[in-house]
Amino acid sequence: MIKFKLNGLEVQVEEGTTLLEAAHFYGFPVPTLCYHEGLSNWGGCRLCIVELKQGNQSRIVSSCTYLAQNDLNVFTNSEKVVKIRKTIIETMLATVPTSKIVQDLASKYGVHRVRVAVENKDCLLCGLCTRMCIEQMDGKAIGLVGRGDSLKITTAFDKRSDTCRLCGGCIYICPACQIRCIGPNIEKDGPICNACANLEPPCLDQFENMMCYMDPCVACEIGTEKPVKSKL
Amino acid sequence: MGSKRTTIYVCMGTSCDARKSRRLQEAFSRALKDKGLHDEIDVSATSCLGYCDEGPNILIEPENLMYHNLNEEDVPFFIEEHFIKGNRLENYILAPGNGELKIPDMTDINFFKHQRLVVLRNRGRLEPDSIDEYIAMDGYAALSKVLEEYTPESIIVEIIDSGLRGRGGAGFPTGRKWQICRNAPGNEKYIVCNADEGDPGAFMDRSILESDPHAVIEGMIIGARAIGANQGFVYIRDEYPLAVQRIKKAIQQAEDYGLLGDHILGSDFSFTLKIVRGAGAFVCGEETALLASIEGKVGRPRQRPPFPVIKGLWRKPTNINNVETWANVPHIIRNGAKWFSNIGTAKSKGTKIFSLVGKVTNTGLVEVPMGITLREVIFDIGAGIPGDKKFKAVQIGGPSGGCLPDKMLDIPIDYDQLVQAGAMMGSGGLIVMDETTCMVDLAKYFTKFLYEESCGKCWSCREGLRRMLEILTKITEGKAKEEDLDTLRDLAEMTKYASMCGLGQTAANPVLSTLKYFEKEYILHVRYKRCPAKVCKALINFYVIPERCTGCMRCVAACPTGAITGPRSEPHNIDQSKCIKCRACYEICKFNAIEDVIVDAIVIK
Repeated sequence: MIKFKLNGLEVQVEEGTTLLEAAHFYGFPVPTLCYHEGLSNWGGCRLCIVELKQGNQSRIVSSCTYLAQNDLNVFTNSEKVVKIRKTIIETMLATVPTSKIVQDLASKYGVHRVRVAVENKDCLLCGLCTRMCIEQMDGKAIGLVGRGDSLKITTAFDKRSDTCRLCGGCIYICPACQIRCIGPNIEKDGPICNACANLEPPCLDQFENMMCYMDPCVACEIGTEKPVKSKL
Repeated sequence: MGSKRTTIYVCMGTSCDARKSRRLQEAFSRALKDKGLHDEIDVSATSCLGYCDEGPNILIEPENLMYHNLNEEDVPFFIEEHFIKGNRLENYILAPGNGELKIPDMTDINFFKHQRLVVLRNRGRLEPDSIDEYIAMDGYAALSKVLEEYTPESIIVEIIDSGLRGRGGAGFPTGRKWQICRNAPGNEKYIVCNADEGDPGAFMDRSILESDPHAVIEGMIIGARAIGANQGFVYIRDEYPLAVQRIKKAIQQAEDYGLLGDHILGSDFSFTLKIVRGAGAFVCGEETALLASIEGKVGRPRQRPPFPVIKGLWRKPTNINNVETWANVPHIIRNGAKWFSNIGTAKSKGTKIFSLVGKVTNTGLVEVPMGITLREVIFDIGAGIPGDKKFKAVQIGGPSGGCLPDKMLDIPIDYDQLVQAGAMMGSGGLIVMDETTCMVDLAKYFTKFLYEESCGKCWSCREGLRRMLEILTKITEGKAKEEDLDTLRDLAEMTKYASMCGLGQTAANPVLSTLKYFEKEYILHVRYKRCPAKVCKALINFYVIPERCTGCMRCVAACPTGAITGPRSEPHNIDQSKCIKCRACYEICKFNAIEDVIVDAIVIK
């Protein structure tokens, strides 16, 4: 057992437990975005940051990737952490203002203004869909490609992937866009799901055995006169 | 190393090589043969002499005379004059700066006088492609000493006593790192040499690998012995073709001599060394990303702990050190920990190599003892700023280091002092800037570099840098509001504290340090829409000051768009609608008659 201090409380967890799991276990709320119980820990969104204090020194780490160690002194909601978390949510909100999940986070953490230019992107590059595809669906169809400004989520060589079974796992887990299923080469290869992009849902009308996890399916409701229940 | 009366060493560093030093060497051999002097005078290729500004450089031993700027065609004349008639050719003698000394010895030249050579001690003295020359200069003596007299533990004690700290930037005590790695559980251990030097304007590691590859190999063998590793990797960026070629050849030679491989020097110790060529991602200089890259994965950092010394390459204990750190090791073993710890300051021992570049008279590679002040490096060794310009700032520690202003120049170079000042030692790039550099523009440049080189995993680093770049661009275009400076600070704070790896945690330094020391310049940009360095095009308007203009027509000829008109000997006029703000007139005017609005008049409270 590992013993450490969590928000001043003496706690103990089993070896191999992350700080996030420990905090959730002891009932301390820590916001997350790129974290999912069924997937490997990534540490990309940085929302789950916590402060480790040791004497006068302090260090901020992402709790989802940091394993609990003996004699840590962890603060999940220190002043510094809250301030930085708010800046993170603010920039997220500016980048993907339409995401319900980010809107909820903003509302919960009191982010009422956006000081940077508002964009209308549909991806946070949190990597949830790629991990979903690789780890849960055994698809290995999409991945993070490039670095820095050219980082994007796409299939290998931007070609329609043979291993993609149109399972929709990526759409299901996406916190922002729910349209990454367009596929990289829509003109040539045709849509993979394409629902939100052209408001014509690829429901059972068009694809046999199509599984759409969107609930409710915006496209179905707006796009056609006769809504089709797309969920099997 | 020559066996004859005199040796002419021709520098074969990348810079001199680009200036055709190889042809110069051939010309010397030919000319000496023609004159029948080839039995007396040797011509030898050697490694970077450090004085890259004035290449191709040659050094004549034993006189210790440095000549520079020689052409192929000058060689027969040079040999005639220098070696036959015994005249010193003053035109070619390297006497930078004042030129007080008519016939300077190499050690009299200011550039070399203040340096203290430890790692670079062999520079200009041996041919990097020859292991025999390295051995003749006491090379591999430390290795045989270690194998005969030392236990692995006592090597570590020696390194700890020497006070050597990692030269890659963070300055972690090398001996302690080795000890942790040695004590880490696991039979198989690895050591890695980090030669992925990607900072703009830095070439220390490249120069060491090009000039003294065997010193790095020897250091690594000693380290492997101490740690208990049998396999080592040199992670070197492929953009350094000469360095790759030399280290490859050096490893081959060491293997041929039984210095690498099984049963080194007849002992029971075996060690092999492999080269891994990096594809040029800056982030792969970060140790966990580097390890991922060696494993064949995407070069993306991961959470530490577990630290690589506990779980590194293929989850085995792995000790990573920088090129310069490894190159220091043989010298410490040979001369003793005490000798090494006598150089430097209380907490930073030994010497540090800097690549001195930018707006400084003498650019090149310098090795100085720790504790020397930045002022000495820039003004004594570098001979100050060329022209009548004023010193403005020095960027230390690469793109993620900080910019220090004039008032900070007297702090001693030392890991802790630099961090306190808001910069860091980094791997040793020193970029000097004069008053014509706009600090906002500079912060923008480095932020852009880091944004493009960020691995993109952490939101705080990728988006923080992107948003900072957005605001900095707004500032340089004159579109920013004063609140934007607070946003910039918040974003910088987010990037600094919330990012996972060293790249992200230091990526805000260019912005933070310029905001700290050059806030006035930001305010001038934001509040008054003026760029005092006259760099940000949207914020400058050039005018002719009629009282100063003599009507010399120089600017008229220089203007690419024909915006300047005016009869000779009368004040000229700039047509603002045609002006593209290229600064050509501003730079060519001898009378300072072309000016932007004079910003000194603006008082900032």
